[in-house]
Amino acid sequence: MTERGVSYTVSRNTRTSVAAVWLGVASALAVLSVPLWGSPALMRWGVEVMCYLVLAQMWNLMAGYGGLMSVGMQAFVGVGAYSLFIFAQHLGVHPFLAIPLGGVMAALAALLTSVLVFRMRGGYFAIGTWVLAEVFRIAFSNVSLLGGGSGQSLTVMAHIDRTTREIGVYLIAATVLIAASVAINLLLRSRFGLGLTAIRDSEDAAESQGVDVKALKLQVYTLASFGAGLVGAVYFTSILRISPNAAFDPNWVVAAVFIVVIGGIGTLEGPVLGTAIFFGLRWLLADYGTWYWLVMGAVAVGVVVFAPAGLWGYVRARWDLQLLPLQRRLILSARQPQRGARTLELAGKTEVGRT
Amino acid sequence: MIEWLDTIIQGVLLGGLYALFAIGLSITYGVMRVVNIGHGDFLVLAAYLALWPVMQMQLNPFLAILPVAALMFCLGYSLQRILLNRTIGPNPLAPLLATFGLSIILRNGLQQVFHSDSRSFQIGALGTDSIAVGGGIAIGLFPLIVFATAIALTVLVSLLFTHTRIGIALRATSDDAETAGLMGIRARHTYGIALAISFALIAVGGVFAGIRTTFTPESGPAALLYAFEAVVIGGMGSLWGTFAGAVILGVAQTLGAKIAIGIGILAGHLVFLAVLFFKPTGLFARTL
Repeated sequence: MTERGVSYTVSRNTRTSVAAVWLGVASALAVLSVPLWGSPALMRWGVEVMCYLVLAQMWNLMAGYGGLMSVGMQAFVGVGAYSLFIFAQHLGVHPFLAIPLGGVMAALAALLTSVLVFRMRGGYFAIGTWVLAEVFRIAFSNVSLLGGGSGQSLTVMAHIDRTTREIGVYLIAATVLIAASVAINLLLRSRFGLGLTAIRDSEDAAESQGVDVKALKLQVYTLASFGAGLVGAVYFTSILRISPNAAFDPNWVVAAVFIVVIGGIGTLEGPVLGTAIFFGLRWLLADYGTWYWLVMGAVAVGVVVFAPAGLWGYVRARWDLQLLPLQRRLILSARQPQRGARTLELAGKTEVGRT
Repeated sequence: MIEWLDTIIQGVLLGGLYALFAIGLSITYGVMRVVNIGHGDFLVLAAYLALWPVMQMQLNPFLAILPVAALMFCLGYSLQRILLNRTIGPNPLAPLLATFGLSIILRNGLQQVFHSDSRSFQIGALGTDSIAVGGGIAIGLFPLIVFATAIALTVLVSLLFTHTRIGIALRATSDDAETAGLMGIRARHTYGIALAISFALIAVGGVFAGIRTTFTPESGPAALLYAFEAVVIGGMGSLWGTFAGAVILGVAQTLGAKIAIGIGILAGHLVFLAVLFFKPTGLFARTL
């Protein structure tokens, strides 16, 4: 395009972002290849890592983009997990097919209870969602069909032979992770994502520009709950045993919050980085029990107070990196050498108008 | 019939304890519009702080409240000034995330130091004495003391808000921190005072909770949820509303537990959700 002698193009892709997409494809293939060479123990560990990563992505989508600080996301992990047990253990659905049903039930539960929790905002919303998770936990503890407070085992999995089971669960977890990553990426590039990004940057400004903030928040909440439900269903298919205290464990959301905050809230790369740190620290501090959570908590509080953009935010600001093609850059080409071209970031958080 | 009346009286008295949990949360929210997610864990911290003089120096738990409250007051002020004030800004998530992180640090720190054994404070015969009020109903003396303390502290805090300079500063900052700043009221200091008062009050709640039942490092979340529910049921910004909310919550829990054991806490949650559904502003809302 040309206007008054200045020619420019609008681009989302940079050389780094194209490389990053290929890196993503390569990682996906690497993850999918694990059953060919990995041990069952590695696959079990992989399922756990992927579950935490997806949960963190979901929490990030909800809090980092939608501005919904939920500390009750374990409600939907638990509903997804218990739905799996109801469908697979009691209604005879094949466990692998019951996993997506876990996501659907969690989304349904989120939609129905949103009537209650969406009456609150900010900190009230946060603790309100926690109350909701407690209500679910106590309610499921009182259902004797599901083993009450002590829970039950997924005995139907005995009908599937061990190798098929392990590889099956692993590949489902990998599929969920890849699908979630691609979906979130595409979502944030869409009109929906632009609206969300606008809400992230300023709720009032977004509203004044015609973004239906309330509807968008409900959609992102339901979507994140769907993802949390899938995580619960996958995780407990791998663990083979459920109890209300494990399914509705507040540590689910604690882990998701720490991963996202440390990695970089409101960025796509943050949760990946945060998950690596989360599991790295856990490995380092494996022998120190509660010290692990203490250190994670201290790092998270430090990041919130002193470096709110998180690790990825720091890296991005330091080297002007944008791995995944979300921002649109206005590239001026008139009298500009190709190297160090001036860029204007239109959808960027902080650097609007920077030259 | 008498049995039910007895249950309701027990519930009202339990509400007195919850009011002690909740006043502090009501104050910090009223002044800063920020919910302290670590509220319950700091309450448990206060109980553990009292454990030391009570165990080592055989101090009466009631007397231990004073130094612990003073210590918690200082802790609250420093925490707000040094750490939490930095999170107050354009991002509404930051203070929530910070207090959420603090709650996890505290819970695991207490676990590390004190392990998960449950503790409690002994106050001798006072803990079991009761007053017969006729008709076969007896009211425990200690729950009555808790209830009276809750009323006294609610009156005291109300007076503080209406009749002292710092109370007026707190209300002014709550209404409009910027304009209050123009009048020479420093919001950062006022916020510090708000958290300090909140922490001093939960010291009372923490020790009383430790006398009434037991506590572990994991007791924080329940205390936070009850305090929060009392505040929401009562309505934002009204101290007596919070008190009434706490009583309603206490009655709901004891009635629920009477109907079926294991349903008590659920009944409290359900009353909270019902209030949220039918009257989201709370039953007695007004501005602080």
